[in-house]
Amino acid sequence: MTDLTQAVLNGDRRALARLITLVENDTGEGQQALDGLFRDTGKTHVIGVTGASGAGKSSLVNCLVEEILKREPDKSVAVIAVDPTSPFSGGAVLGDRIRMRAIADNPHVFIRSMASRGALGGLAQNTQAVSLVLDAAGYDPIIIETVGAGQSEVEIASLAHSVIVVEAPGLGDDVQAAKAGIMEIADILVLNKADKAEVDAAEMALRSMLAMGFPSKEEGMWVPPILRTVATNGEGIAEVAAAVHEHSAYLHQSGNWQKRDQIRLQVLLRGLLEKKHHQEWEEFIHRDEFQQVFDQVIERELAPHAAAERLYTDSFLKNSH
Amino acid sequence: MEEKKIRVLVAKPGLDGHDRGAKIIARALRDAGMEVIYTGLRQTPEMVIQAALQEDVDVIGLSILSGAHMSLVPRILELKKRAKLDDVQVFLGGIIPEADAKVLLEEGVKAVYGPGTSTTQVVEDIRGLFGKA
Ligand SMILES: Nc1nc2c(ncn2[C@@H]2O[C@H](COP(=O)(O)OP(=O)(O)OP(=O)(O)O)[C@@H](O)[C@H]2O)c(=O)[nH]1
Ligand SMILES: [Mg+2]
Repeated sequence: MTDLTQAVLNGDRRALARLITLVENDTGEGQQALDGLFRDTGKTHVIGVTGASGAGKSSLVNCLVEEILKREPDKSVAVIAVDPTSPFSGGAVLGDRIRMRAIADNPHVFIRSMASRGALGGLAQNTQAVSLVLDAAGYDPIIIETVGAGQSEVEIASLAHSVIVVEAPGLGDDVQAAKAGIMEIADILVLNKADKAEVDAAEMALRSMLAMGFPSKEEGMWVPPILRTVATNGEGIAEVAAAVHEHSAYLHQSGNWQKRDQIRLQVLLRGLLEKKHHQEWEEFIHRDEFQQVFDQVIERELAPHAAAERLYTDSFLKNSH
Repeated sequence: MEEKKIRVLVAKPGLDGHDRGAKIIARALRDAGMEVIYTGLRQTPEMVIQAALQEDVDVIGLSILSGAHMSLVPRILELKKRAKLDDVQVFLGGIIPEADAKVLLEEGVKAVYGPGTSTTQVVEDIRGLFGKA
């Protein structure tokens, strides 16, 4: 165990912030530290918060964390807030903290903003790794706010034990999720901005969507509750916190907790393998060999599958031995 | 292998409600490839330092138009020291009289920018800290 990981386990927040940077940047030191901490992970409840841009995810996280700490003042809660990286510059403006004022300097709260850095799916490539660090450091729960989701940003489902999908009236002509299919990943549906006039129509739409997803209810099956909130003043948040608690109890009692944990770890492991694989082919298929084959593809002398096959056998397998 | 991104906290401590300048700087830094944590209006010195610590930033950029810089900035520098964020640099933008700027630079602020400073200048100065001119 290094000094840095020891400091993290001892509750040193500066060390924690540093280690998160190393893990986020996937440095060798970060990888080693993560492996060193791995045994101390696995107990924390990971909660995903997703939904369209502007639905009120950050505002909801702000109240929800306050509410959790009101119920259980001894807890330490972490937030990972992901915002998109600009594809043009590689930079990002991470603005979720703006709506997290109430918890911004609470010593029981640790908030970390992450840029997506080109990853699709609403998260960054190393979001799970960062959540493992926070897990080892004793934060429970960890709340992950995704990038404002459009259609296919459902990766959070393979990373969180409980997923809150935030909807709000007035974001478009219709309830956003109806088009998006992120309803399917919801464990809890929050209808935020309940202070708006259109909220009744939005709830009707949500209810009919939900009814389609759950035509019949089996005994002991979890059916996502629909909860109205006003995240700007805290209305309805106690019910959301209660539902989060209930969902966690349901997961434990139904055996789904382990199942979700396994899915998370499988995603992590597969991701690492894919990355290794990618690094390997970049290393073993030399640039000039690639170019040679590629030139033939440009000339239409060689078809893509044949070209890939040739690069794989003539370059990759040969050079990697 | 991922290149390390420069991380910058852009914060507006104090009570004035004008965040246009801060937003312009935030976008310019993003367009220069940096990751900017933008915390919005009315930040207390405690909030600024907590954010800088949790986000592990390299630079804190403060925008102060309220005239309260002589109380806010020394307080932030003091808290920064207490949090052991010695390697985090502080940049200040706003309407800062020259005499005040001189004092704040002596107390540890890295640079002070008046209205009309070009964003390119700020980008270059921050890059300069990391040897990427
Ligand atoms: N009227 C009303 N406005 C709200 C409510 N909750 C959030 N807002 C406002 O909606 C806007 C967006 O809120 P955020 O919390 O930033 O939304 P978000 O989903 O985190 O947005 P992104 O992170 O950009 O995807 C802000 O101006 C909030 O003040 C609510 O319950 N009622
Ligand atoms: Mg947000």
